[in-house]
Amino acid sequence: MCNTCGCNITPGNRPLVLAEKPAKGATTVTVLKNLLDKNDRQADHNRSHFDAQRVLAVNLMSSPGSGKTALLEATIKRLNGSLRLAVIEGDLETENDAARIRAHGVPAHQITTGTACHLDAHLIHDSLHHIDLSSIDILFIENVGNLVCPASFDLGHHLNVTLLSTTEGDDKPAKYPVMFRAADLMLITKTDLLPFLDDFLPNRAEQALRDLASKAPVINLSSRQNSDAGLDAWIDWLNEQMQLHRDRLQNRQTTRPNIQRDGQLLHSDPAQLRFRPVLKDGLRI
Amino acid sequence: MHELSLCEDLLDQVKSLAQQHQATKVASITVKIGVLSGVEPLLLQSAFEINRVDTIAGDAILIIEQQAAQIVCEQCGIESEVPPKRLYCPLCQSRETRLTAGSEMILERLELDTLV
Repeated sequence: MCNTCGCNITPGNRPLVLAEKPAKGATTVTVLKNLLDKNDRQADHNRSHFDAQRVLAVNLMSSPGSGKTALLEATIKRLNGSLRLAVIEGDLETENDAARIRAHGVPAHQITTGTACHLDAHLIHDSLHHIDLSSIDILFIENVGNLVCPASFDLGHHLNVTLLSTTEGDDKPAKYPVMFRAADLMLITKTDLLPFLDDFLPNRAEQALRDLASKAPVINLSSRQNSDAGLDAWIDWLNEQMQLHRDRLQNRQTTRPNIQRDGQLLHSDPAQLRFRPVLKDGLRI
Repeated sequence: MHELSLCEDLLDQVKSLAQQHQATKVASITVKIGVLSGVEPLLLQSAFEINRVDTIAGDAILIIEQQAAQIVCEQCGIESEVPPKRLYCPLCQSRETRLTAGSEMILERLELDTLV
């Protein structure tokens, strides 16, 4: 924390508007504004809801069809009630995914976004009215299947999990660096199909992730095979993260997903407002 | 197409700043968009053309300054500009790097017309 670079500015006193001395008839005003300021404030609000109920919120992101819902179904079976779950499903249309989750006895709320390609913090806040946070341990948010837009929106969750299925190509992290850089964990899914694919090497996928300077762990798994060792590693990771999150809450801290724009924002040059004096009829002086 | 909702947020901020300073018009809006921000400048520009209509920024021009990805290597300490898919140190190949620029999407500058 210091007073020179602006890192003492908290979300509470943002947007900060500092009026400076007028010079030569023009006034310059300094502002610090992230374009997603509104979303990010809502996200922090959501996160405090989760934290108050000691809930860990996990955001699942991937292409459509890479197995997010299948992973959740396998996770529900594996956990077998040892952690209490709820799911928010995001899709453009249909209740299909929420119905699949509810069939396993887990509460699910479906957000249908219509044409929107991502979930945002406001949509999540609205759907919290349908989820009883006091009776769950982990809230999974299954984002809209899309490797581009969801990465830009903080939902108030604690962790990003990005799925890459073996049918997609192992260079996906290089093609979609924004998405994969945001991952706290990368899951390579549908590994049961590897014997049929000659163009996907899990090592190459991991290398592409490492090229983004990501230290996120990588787990290979198949949601279709009950005895899959990767599923065990995924469940262990979840339990570990749940514990780490509870420890942080104990110390009055929280968990934030990998990408934080605030650090970038606060250490960049502040914006300026330049005023151009005009006469009533719009003419310049 | 999240650029549309992003642009709405941008214009909300511009409107409230203009109002706050009793501006009659917004002349220009400058934003800084990093290559790793997930925002496509061309799409933001077209979203702006749609959203600015009938607002105080109706005649404003949107200037998009693109910011390349910059990293600092934790091993050798060298700062470099790198392509978005190769965020490791180009000198010592270390993956222990920190992004210092390239993920921002910031409202940088506003030019406001104010009555004398």
